[in-house]
Amino acid sequence: MTTSTIIASSAPKVQARKLIPEEQHEIDHELTLYPDRRAVGLEALKIVQKHQGWVSDESLLAVAQYLGMSAHELDGVATFFNLIFRQPVGRNVMLFCDSVSCYIMGCERIKDHISERLGIDYGETTADGEYTLLPVPCLGDCDRAPVMLMAGEQHRNLTTQKIDDLLQQVQQELPESK
Amino acid sequence: MTDQPLTKNIDMSRAPFDIEQYRQAEGYDAVLRMFKEMAPSDVLETVKNSGLKGRGGAGFPTGLKWSFVPAGDDAPKTKYLVVNADEMEPGTFKDRLLLEGDPHLLLEGMLIAAYTIQANTAYIFLRGEYLRAEKLLRAAIAQAHEQGLLGKNIQGSGFDLEIIVHTSAGRYICGEETALLNALEGKRATPRAKPPFPQVSGLWGKPTIVNNVETLCNLPGILRYGVDWYKGLGKGSDAGTKLCGVSGRVNNPGCWELALGTPIRELLEDKAGGMCAGYELRGFLPGGGSTDFLLPEHLDLTLDYDVIGKAGSRLATGTMIVLDDQTCPVGMVGNLMRFFSHESCGWCTPCRDGLPWIDEIFQRLERGDGRTEDLQILTEHVEYLGPGRTFCALAPGATAPLGSALRHFREDFDAHIHSGACPWRK
Repeated sequence: MTTSTIIASSAPKVQARKLIPEEQHEIDHELTLYPDRRAVGLEALKIVQKHQGWVSDESLLAVAQYLGMSAHELDGVATFFNLIFRQPVGRNVMLFCDSVSCYIMGCERIKDHISERLGIDYGETTADGEYTLLPVPCLGDCDRAPVMLMAGEQHRNLTTQKIDDLLQQVQQELPESK
Repeated sequence: MTDQPLTKNIDMSRAPFDIEQYRQAEGYDAVLRMFKEMAPSDVLETVKNSGLKGRGGAGFPTGLKWSFVPAGDDAPKTKYLVVNADEMEPGTFKDRLLLEGDPHLLLEGMLIAAYTIQANTAYIFLRGEYLRAEKLLRAAIAQAHEQGLLGKNIQGSGFDLEIIVHTSAGRYICGEETALLNALEGKRATPRAKPPFPQVSGLWGKPTIVNNVETLCNLPGILRYGVDWYKGLGKGSDAGTKLCGVSGRVNNPGCWELALGTPIRELLEDKAGGMCAGYELRGFLPGGGSTDFLLPEHLDLTLDYDVIGKAGSRLATGTMIVLDDQTCPVGMVGNLMRFFSHESCGWCTPCRDGLPWIDEIFQRLERGDGRTEDLQILTEHVEYLGPGRTFCALAPGATAPLGSALRHFREDFDAHIHSGACPWRK
């Protein structure tokens, strides 16, 4: 099976892109840790996502080719896992815990507040590409619920005020990062 | 000697012990002695005799689990140890404490387990969202390498061990050990048929032991202080201590190391500080989202696998989720059903199709469009998705809070249907 010509039916002619040296280097390191190339599939997708922000069809094909596996098989893995993004996401992905302890501690109200402030629901990205809001299963911080993971930082005991402060903070950091 | 072998080094207000501090606190003493004085079969006997049961949820005796791994000259040369650090059970936050609080304790436990089954490669299957734990574990592994506690011919024992951190990307089903193995092999994380059991044919078809983080963290103490000490820690029929957590509307939510056999009341009232002012206890899930509701009348039961089992629930992860009188029980269970429905891997039909149906009914109840026959359908699903009807334990786990809520909080379900709305949303 050739991996370069097949993929999602919506884009039949997609070609694999070239992996950047950093991606290749990091994937090569992972390959030393497993006895089988395809075992690295998920780690390789995470590496690509770290560098590109998400996993495009072009990236998926590139990884599949590199690991010598079928693109369909790799896409089966990519779409199975919650944290592999097959669509572009915002610069700040809000992984909002909506599981049981957070529910009891009132996370629905916090989520409504985020949606109202940013104008996005679960699975959506703000028009300026700044935020994506995603529900995430229990973040294992239930004694400090409600919680959310954003940009590698766990935010605990969330209140609407804390959300406002956090959004303001990101807003202030924006000019520096650009 | 200590009566808190899991948490004696843990103070979350500072960084965890590095290898020097850990060794000053008697860390790695147990493995050094093990390499000098014990054959793998001696360690296996010790762990069997200790009465240690798996702390991931199922409570299966650890020594017995290990004993199924082929040993001796005819056994396959390649074997694997895999740590299940994919903590994702709703309401469970105990392994995070160990991973972030004392990573060397886990590595020491892994050395003991790997030596016992003679595995030279060990993978830590870590939850992708546990970013701090990942950083700390990688640092601890590097330190252990530098000091010759990992790698080739460890401390002149002739035993080799490499520990590899694998970070996942968020799927609850990976906590099921055979699904976890498929995920590690780079496949979709669907469970495998058993037999063959992983102990005989696991990762890449090799003998494999999958143990939970907390289970492995029990091992250094058992080897260091002995079986009698370990058994003496438990106040009831079970040996050792257990990490127990409380979340919900309590004054001091948190996670503590308690002797097995401690009354639940002590956990809820002394440790967690009792219910918040203005809130009454209606019930609780004793060990995460896959356990049956217990009621205030059960508070004097002890934290023992058998005791809680006889009361119709499970100790499981030991992390209690408290339902108060101002939280809608139907909403709470509906939240759990949404979770289980979303996290079904889709492999077997009852789970893939049954859970979304249950989820849909709960949404209907929440909207006020519930029908009387819905409760009959839910009750039937408790049976259809129960133990033995599905490929793995995910759906049976979902039926635990569902079935018990239908029994204990029936009037709340009825109220949703009869008043045409959720009474808590007024």
